[in-house]
Amino acid sequence: MSEKQAQALGRVETRLAGSGGQGLLLAGLVLAEAAGLYDGREVAMVQSYGPEARGGASKAEVIISDQAIDYPLCTRVDLFLALTQEAADAYCWDLKPNAWIIVDSDLVSHPPSSKAVRLPFTAAARDKLKKPMVANVVALGAIAEITGVISRRGLEKALLARVPAGTEALNKKALALGAKLARDAAGQAPSEGQATAHTEDM
Amino acid sequence: MAKPRAQLLQGNEAIALGALAAGCNFFAGYPITPASEITERMSREMPARGYPFIQMEDEIASIGCCIGGSLAGKKVMTATSGPGFSLMQENLGYACIAEVPLVVVNVMRGGPSTGLPTNVAQGDVQQARWGTHGDHPAIVLCPATVAQCYELTITAFNWAERFRTPVVLLSDEVVAHMREKVVLPEPHEIEVIDRRQPTVPPDWYVPYKTDGSLIPQLANLGEGYRYHVTGLVHDERGFPTRRADEVEPFYNRLFGKISRHFADLERVKAYQLDDAEMVIIAYGCTARAAAAAVRIGRERGLKVGMLQLMSIWPFPRRPVEEALTGKRLALVPELNMGQISREVKRVNDGRTQVLRHGKMDGSMITPDEILGRLREAK
Amino acid sequence: MPPVHRSVVYDWLRHDKKFPHVWCPGCGLGILLGSLLRSLVESGLDKNQVVLVSGIGCSGRLPVYVDVNSVHTTHGRALTFATGIKLAKPELKVITVMGDGDATAIGGNHLIHAARRNLDITAIIVNNQTYGMTGGQYSPTTPLGAKATTAPYGHREPSFDISALSATAGASFVARSTVYHVTQLDQLLGQAIAKPGFGVVEVLSPCHTNFGRQNRLGSQVDMMKEFKRKGMRVERWRELPEGKRAESIPLGVLVDRDLPVFGQSYDRICDAASRRGEAGK
Repeated sequence: MSEKQAQALGRVETRLAGSGGQGLLLAGLVLAEAAGLYDGREVAMVQSYGPEARGGASKAEVIISDQAIDYPLCTRVDLFLALTQEAADAYCWDLKPNAWIIVDSDLVSHPPSSKAVRLPFTAAARDKLKKPMVANVVALGAIAEITGVISRRGLEKALLARVPAGTEALNKKALALGAKLARDAAGQAPSEGQATAHTEDM
Repeated sequence: MAKPRAQLLQGNEAIALGALAAGCNFFAGYPITPASEITERMSREMPARGYPFIQMEDEIASIGCCIGGSLAGKKVMTATSGPGFSLMQENLGYACIAEVPLVVVNVMRGGPSTGLPTNVAQGDVQQARWGTHGDHPAIVLCPATVAQCYELTITAFNWAERFRTPVVLLSDEVVAHMREKVVLPEPHEIEVIDRRQPTVPPDWYVPYKTDGSLIPQLANLGEGYRYHVTGLVHDERGFPTRRADEVEPFYNRLFGKISRHFADLERVKAYQLDDAEMVIIAYGCTARAAAAAVRIGRERGLKVGMLQLMSIWPFPRRPVEEALTGKRLALVPELNMGQISREVKRVNDGRTQVLRHGKMDGSMITPDEILGRLREAK
Repeated sequence: MPPVHRSVVYDWLRHDKKFPHVWCPGCGLGILLGSLLRSLVESGLDKNQVVLVSGIGCSGRLPVYVDVNSVHTTHGRALTFATGIKLAKPELKVITVMGDGDATAIGGNHLIHAARRNLDITAIIVNNQTYGMTGGQYSPTTPLGAKATTAPYGHREPSFDISALSATAGASFVARSTVYHVTQLDQLLGQAIAKPGFGVVEVLSPCHTNFGRQNRLGSQVDMMKEFKRKGMRVERWRELPEGKRAESIPLGVLVDRDLPVFGQSYDRICDAASRRGEAGK
């Protein structure tokens, strides 16, 4: 068991950041419900409110733990997803030194750490699924694959319970695509935690 | 696979669901952040049950409409935030003096005035106590978790109905918008209290004549018991009076019906207080930071505990006194400049050092800030 | 129609502790009270079915004398309480009694929204052109140039036409009368009570104690004679040439129209919502 997997059993602070309209609230809800309702853990979620939720940098934070959650906000972030450069810059000040950092490789040219996993969520959603709006779901698929913070089974169940009827197949494909992006990148990575991937490799 | 019984619920949604579980069948409100989710949820739930829902022209109208609904026998609620709560104060006093059961939710945000909309604050604590003019009793509850939003909304309805008085549920932006995993109780697990109705025929009925409970058995409008409801001080028959020998007993009863039941109205939760040398006294979202500070502090060998106030008015004097007893230090963190810490100081017998930690920058107090304050005070 | 016998009216009054009433000798509110009681009896309503709701001011004291469900609310807010009562128990006949300051100054917002919503409530607005109970300050219906204790040099603001305001805001029924034209007032109150939707009856009433004295309008009798001189049936008034109209006050039914009533439309929403709920199960 890696150090990070062990960490996942205690309090895990996750932050999903991007710009309004990228579906981060939905991603947060699915992550929280996957962990809370299907994996049987405790969860608390907060999201940014007000005008910033409609453009500009926005975020959803999900705390996952095996114990009752006292403080519901992030204090030292274990898992950081950034889908825009602005969000990556705005919300990276309290990452743990060994945090998982996952960014959209096309939209975040300067991730907060050189150890960041860079994956082309938006480009892949657009090119492979013809639906750029499912980039958030592709990212969730990658998060489950890379971190193990949520089970893939729980994630899929939570997602299918949330999405509109008729889009189940698309969303399942998006999850699988995210997992594949993560696996491919890991395969090429020099070592765990230093995975990088580039759009042209896809 | 069956749907899991646990659900991810927002604080505001939990208040709406708690109200329904408590038997709320009338809602009037006016939109305001961060309380609008309650009004929106009720606009879906009430018509589906055939209950009245209305969005009024302002908060004054919302509470007026609720009082009317309650007088006619409904279990009513309205929800607002600071600016709207200020507008409601006059009719909140009406509900006190006319003894109308009513639940008012105030989701606190930064004030005064438009202040810091959508940012969290706890600045309405004393307004909830003293906001309406004239001396009066007040019952105010304060949730810190989504589960408590649900539970305390039910409590608020039960106490409003039992004591025939307005009850304020004082939430805050963090608790309101936070989502947590909760398992709601089954309907049969919930105790629901309804107002007492007259037991005598209309001819014998004296509306404000009470038994030992000091709580009148007011009839619902239109059920054969014709009486007069007024915001003027009134005699036992409900008619305005200025006779000192009727006015004084009136006020004594209005206060007495609450003070007689103080012990029932104290709701607190103790965290690791048994061997604590220091106690944090906290309420609302700040209690979450305090609980984390206790956890982290204990890991570092600090003997610290926490008392969460779930009822803040009447001020839970006895449990606070108990929590202070034998403690070297008490810290009261809150998102204002000391509205509850002055109450704690008031009930302190002088043997415990009581410190406040006030914060007014629009964000939550963190566990680190609390631990830092405890370290400084050592 | 045959006049309602005095004893019936007597039967609708509360006799324990409540008389003599608080109003000045010569006040029009006693006449309105009698007129309202005759209309209620005439309408065939049961006492238990009627809710009288008032605000604050001289008119606010009217419901306490009537042996029905009576609610004396806060200043300007009678219509908000009435809205709640009507929504909670649609089977009740809800009647509000307000003054001009009560209904159109502090409660003006509630008046226009109650009219727009068109809930089935009857609003009696007693217009004496002043704040009588507090000593004769100017109200939204005080005429331009008139004296008031807060307008010692003469009032500088134009006044509201309460009936026109209510009609524009969407009331189903709007009528005006005076406490001099009692027979007409009885009829108009009866019509307003019977009409589904929001009905407004503006009742002109003299306040000789405060408004009359400050403006040298003579005794209450002189002020009543002025109502007699100026009052004109609206049908006749409409035939007057434009330039002559300002000298008279049009009385009678000003607006009577069938508009959607709030309660009925809300019932349809409830049906649709509960059907959708069942479909979702």
